[in-house]
Amino acid sequence: MTQQEALFQYLLRLGDNALILGQRLSEWCGHAPVLEQDIAITNLALDLIGQARNWLTLAGEVEGKGRNEDQLAYLRDARDFHNLLLVEQPNEDWAHTIVRQFLFDQFNYLLHNELQHSTDERVAAIAAKSLKEIKYHLKYSSEWMVRLGDGTEESHNRMQRALDALWRYSSEAFLTDEIDQLMAEAGIGPDLHKLEPLYHQYVAQVLDEATLQPPTDTYMQRGGKQGLHTEFLGYILAEMQFLQRAYPNMQW
Amino acid sequence: MNKDWPLWEVFIRAKNGLSHKHAGSLHAADAQMAIENARDVYCRRNEGVSIWVVESKYITASDPEDADALFEPAQDKIYRHPTFYNLPDEVKHI
Repeated sequence: MTQQEALFQYLLRLGDNALILGQRLSEWCGHAPVLEQDIAITNLALDLIGQARNWLTLAGEVEGKGRNEDQLAYLRDARDFHNLLLVEQPNEDWAHTIVRQFLFDQFNYLLHNELQHSTDERVAAIAAKSLKEIKYHLKYSSEWMVRLGDGTEESHNRMQRALDALWRYSSEAFLTDEIDQLMAEAGIGPDLHKLEPLYHQYVAQVLDEATLQPPTDTYMQRGGKQGLHTEFLGYILAEMQFLQRAYPNMQW
Repeated sequence: MNKDWPLWEVFIRAKNGLSHKHAGSLHAADAQMAIENARDVYCRRNEGVSIWVVESKYITASDPEDADALFEPAQDKIYRHPTFYNLPDEVKHI
């Protein structure tokens, strides 16, 4: 694998994480528990889709086959998506949405904090711009973790259920493969193994404050980064890509 | 237990040097959430650089019934407006 091919895949991982989570969050539009959170969660969705546009545009340039952000977003099949399994998991209830967001935000924050110093200036610029949004996302989801985890009996139980369900997807980000290694060697991406203890330290701190217990003996799922997804991604793509599939090159 | 979140009034400072202006109200469980909701509801289009929130119950309003007594006496006291000065043309921003 050349460095260019690895960079292309690496950018798809970044772009797809943002795109798929953004699409997931947008499902709350008009359905969130209260009006204020409806606006808040769709703001997060828009931030993420904006980040996805930047990453996928750059990915298209790096690939050099003339594909733009739209073609990459709307005309790839599930096997060619490289997002983490975590971000494609369904919204379920507000508790699942918040736990998923929190587990992702902390990783995303640490990742972008390193990427802003990338040796690739384009990567560094997109990361620096995204980091401001991600900092807010992390603050938002961390506060909700504590608010609901240490809230009522009902909210605590729902949060614990969500954590039990989603914990198995919390380690995939740090399981490295050839692409992660090539990017780390080139100084384009960080050494993920160095970020992992920081991640667990912060997550443990928030879970403790939220009076939530991470499950033990969980088998950690993996595969999303390599294009092997849970059943949920296909349904997301079916909805997200419908228009371009049914009416190719449609614009409005 | 009251299941509804309390109402908060939101004040936004559009830019440094201006005062905070009332932007609207929203519901939130606590002050921190009220600030964040205000950020998302009222500052999505670059409206502000600073946010104040206060629970609506802490605002005391004048009684509309008292409007005659409170406001009408000012209506015929035009000498309280600085309209009787001749301003030189060089003075700007008045």
